[in-house]
Amino acid sequence: MAKMNMLQAINNALDLAMAKDDSVVCFGEDVGHFGGVFRATSKLQEKYGKARCFNTPLTEQGIAGFANGMAAQGMKPVAEIQFADYIFPAFDQIVNETAKFRYRSGNEFNVGGIVFRSPYGGGIAGGHYHSQSPEAYFAHTPGLKVVIPRDPYQAKGLLLASIASPDPVIFFEPKKLYRASTGEVPEEYYEIELGKAEVTQQGKDITVLAWGAQMEIVQKAVEMAEKDGISCEVIDLRSILPWDADTVAASVKKTGRLLINHEAPLTGGFAGEIAATVQKMCFLHLESPIERVCGMDTPYPLALEKEYVADHLKTYEAIKRSINF
Amino acid sequence: MTNPNNATITTVHTAEFTAGDALKIPTLRILRDDGSLYEGAVAPELDKATAIKMYDTMVFTRVLDERMLAAQRQGRISFYMQCLGEEATTVGSAAALAEQDMIMAQYREQGALRYRGFTLDQFMNQLFSNEKDLGKGRQMPVHYGSKDIYYMTISSPLGTQIPQASGYAYAQKLRGLANTTICYFGEGAASEGDFHAGLNMAAVHKAPVIFFCRNNGYAISTPASEQFVGDGIACRAVGYGMKALRVDGADILAVYQATKMARDHALKYNEPVLIESIAYRLGAHSSSDDPSGYRSKEEEEKWRQNDPIARFRLWLLEKGWLNEADDKATIEALRSEILDALKVAEKVAKPGIEHLISDVYAEPIPALQQQLDELKAHIRKYPDAYPVTAGRLD
Repeated sequence: MAKMNMLQAINNALDLAMAKDDSVVCFGEDVGHFGGVFRATSKLQEKYGKARCFNTPLTEQGIAGFANGMAAQGMKPVAEIQFADYIFPAFDQIVNETAKFRYRSGNEFNVGGIVFRSPYGGGIAGGHYHSQSPEAYFAHTPGLKVVIPRDPYQAKGLLLASIASPDPVIFFEPKKLYRASTGEVPEEYYEIELGKAEVTQQGKDITVLAWGAQMEIVQKAVEMAEKDGISCEVIDLRSILPWDADTVAASVKKTGRLLINHEAPLTGGFAGEIAATVQKMCFLHLESPIERVCGMDTPYPLALEKEYVADHLKTYEAIKRSINF
Repeated sequence: MTNPNNATITTVHTAEFTAGDALKIPTLRILRDDGSLYEGAVAPELDKATAIKMYDTMVFTRVLDERMLAAQRQGRISFYMQCLGEEATTVGSAAALAEQDMIMAQYREQGALRYRGFTLDQFMNQLFSNEKDLGKGRQMPVHYGSKDIYYMTISSPLGTQIPQASGYAYAQKLRGLANTTICYFGEGAASEGDFHAGLNMAAVHKAPVIFFCRNNGYAISTPASEQFVGDGIACRAVGYGMKALRVDGADILAVYQATKMARDHALKYNEPVLIESIAYRLGAHSSSDDPSGYRSKEEEEKWRQNDPIARFRLWLLEKGWLNEADDKATIEALRSEILDALKVAEKVAKPGIEHLISDVYAEPIPALQQQLDELKAHIRKYPDAYPVTAGRLD
C-alpha cells in the first residue's frame, strides 16, 4: 500500500499496464515528454520510449481515428482527450466507428483494445469548456463501455480493468479530485470489475446514487440527513454503460426510495435512464417519486457555478422531500 | 537560432503573395489509348500471370457491377454501387501491394477486394446479407471486409478510415512488420476533417501508409470544382511534408508503377505517400442516384471512350498475352457463373436472430440478453409478422 492521489494512481496504473503488455501505448495532446497537462502520463515516455508514449498533433478526431486504427491492428491504445469538453470533434470516430467496429464487421475486426481517458466534470471554475460531464451522450451508444471512478483506489483498479477489457472503454476522470482525493492504493496490479456498482454504505430509508466527484457531495448530504435520523444506503454506480441495474433495484426494493445525483444537466441526463428502469423494476416497492438532483439545463456557467451545481444542500433537501412525501 | 515554428525562414523585405496555384503536379501516363507505350515511357516489370490476373480482375468487377446493378433494379438486392471507369485505379494499385498489406477502402474499390481473393460467393453473400455473409448481414450491400485477406470492413461514414489507416500503419511499424497500409478515398471525402487529421498524424508520426485518392470528378452530384479550388488533392500532401504522385487512373500501368514506388518509399523511410488517381465516375453514384440531373450525356460519352479495360486489353493483345476469341468466351462464361452464384446466394437463409446482439460487445451484456429474450417471446406470439425468424427460434 502507498498513499496516492488520483493522478498518481492513474499514472501508476498506466505504468503497470505498459510494463505488463508491449501493445499498450499512450498518446494524446501534451502527454509525451511533458507528461500531460495534469501529469497523468508523467515519466512514461522516459520509461517506455517515444514510440509508446507520444504527443499527437492537436486534433481530437485524429487521436480517436488513430486509436481505432491501432486497436484494429491488435494494439491497446490508451488515448487521452485533454478535456471531456473537447471529445466532441471525436464523437463521429467514437460513435460511428469505435462503437460499431466489431458488430458491423461480424467480428472480422474489432477495436476492443481502446481506452479513451479524459478529465471531466466541474468544480474548478472551468466555465463552459473545462467542466462538462458528457457521459449521457455516450451511454446512448451500444458498443461502448463508460466508466467513472470516485477515488484513487477505484481509479487504478477500474482503469486497469478498462485496459484489459475486450471492449472499447471511455474512462472519465473527475479532474476536481485529481489532487484533492488521496488514499491508500496497492502498488501491485489489480482490477475492479466493470459493470458493477458498489454499495459504499448500507442503509434502510432511502437509496442515494451517484458517481465520480458527486460521491463526495452526496456523502455530505447523507451525513446531514443521518443527523435527522434518516438512514441512507449509498451506491457508487462506477460503470455508466453497461450499468448495474440489479444492484440498484435490490437496494431500492429494500429502501423504497431513490435519489440520483449527477453533475450533468437534468434533461437527457443518465439519471433519466436509471429512474425509468428502476420504476419498472421496483414499481410496487416505491414509496415516493424518484428524485433527480442534477445540473440545470444550461451550459456550465462560470460566475454562478455554486448556484448551478447539484450540491450537498440540494441533495439534502431532496432526501427530506422523498422521506416526507 | 532554434526554430520553434518548424518553418523555413527565408527573409524578404517586400510583401508578396505565394500564389495558390504555385504548385503544379504532373500526371503520370505510360500507356496510350491504342495500347502502345508513350515515347520514353517504360512499362513496369510485370510477368504474364500477374498482368492477366489484373486484366481478369477488372473484367470480373465490370461484369459483376453490370449484373448486380440489374439485380438491384429487379428488387433482388436493396442497394448497389458500381466502380465503372475506375477498375484500373483499384486493381492496378492492389496488384502493387504485398498480400499482407492492409487495405482500408471507402466503398468503390471492389477491384482491390477481388484482386486479394474475395470469392464470387463472398460477394454474393454480402450483397444478399445472408447467414454466410462474413459481416452477418448487418451492413448495407457493398460494405465488404475480410480479415483473412487483410481487407478492413467498409463503413459508410466518409473519410473515417483515413486517420484509422495512419494508426494501423503506425502499429505495423511498431510491431516491426514489413507491411504498409493503403487507404482509398474519393476526392469528396478528402474535404472531411478526417482527411486533414489522418494525413497530418501520419506525417508527424512517420506511419508507412499510402493515401490513395480516387479523384473521379464527382461526389454524388457535386463536381470537383465545387469541392475545392486548389490543384486537385495531390498538392495538399506537400503541405503536410508528404511525397505525392498523380496518375492517370485509366492507365493501369501508371497506377501500378506509382503504387509500387509509393509502397517501397513508405516502407524504406517509414513515411506516408499520397497518390491521386485521375479518372471519371462513369456510372451513377449508386443505385439510388440518377446522374442525368447534374451532368450531360455528351460528357459521359467522352469519358466512355477513355476505358481503362479497353486500353489494357490492347496492350495485352499487342504482347500476345491475350487471345481475342478466348477473351470473349471468358466474359460469356463469367456472366453465367455470376448469375448462378446470385441464384444460390439469394436462397440462403438470413442470419439467426442471436446475431442481432452478438458482437455489439465481445460478450452480450445482461441488458442485451434480456432484450433478445423479450423479442423472442414477442415473435413467438406474432410469428406471421416475422417470417424470416419465426420458424427458426430455439
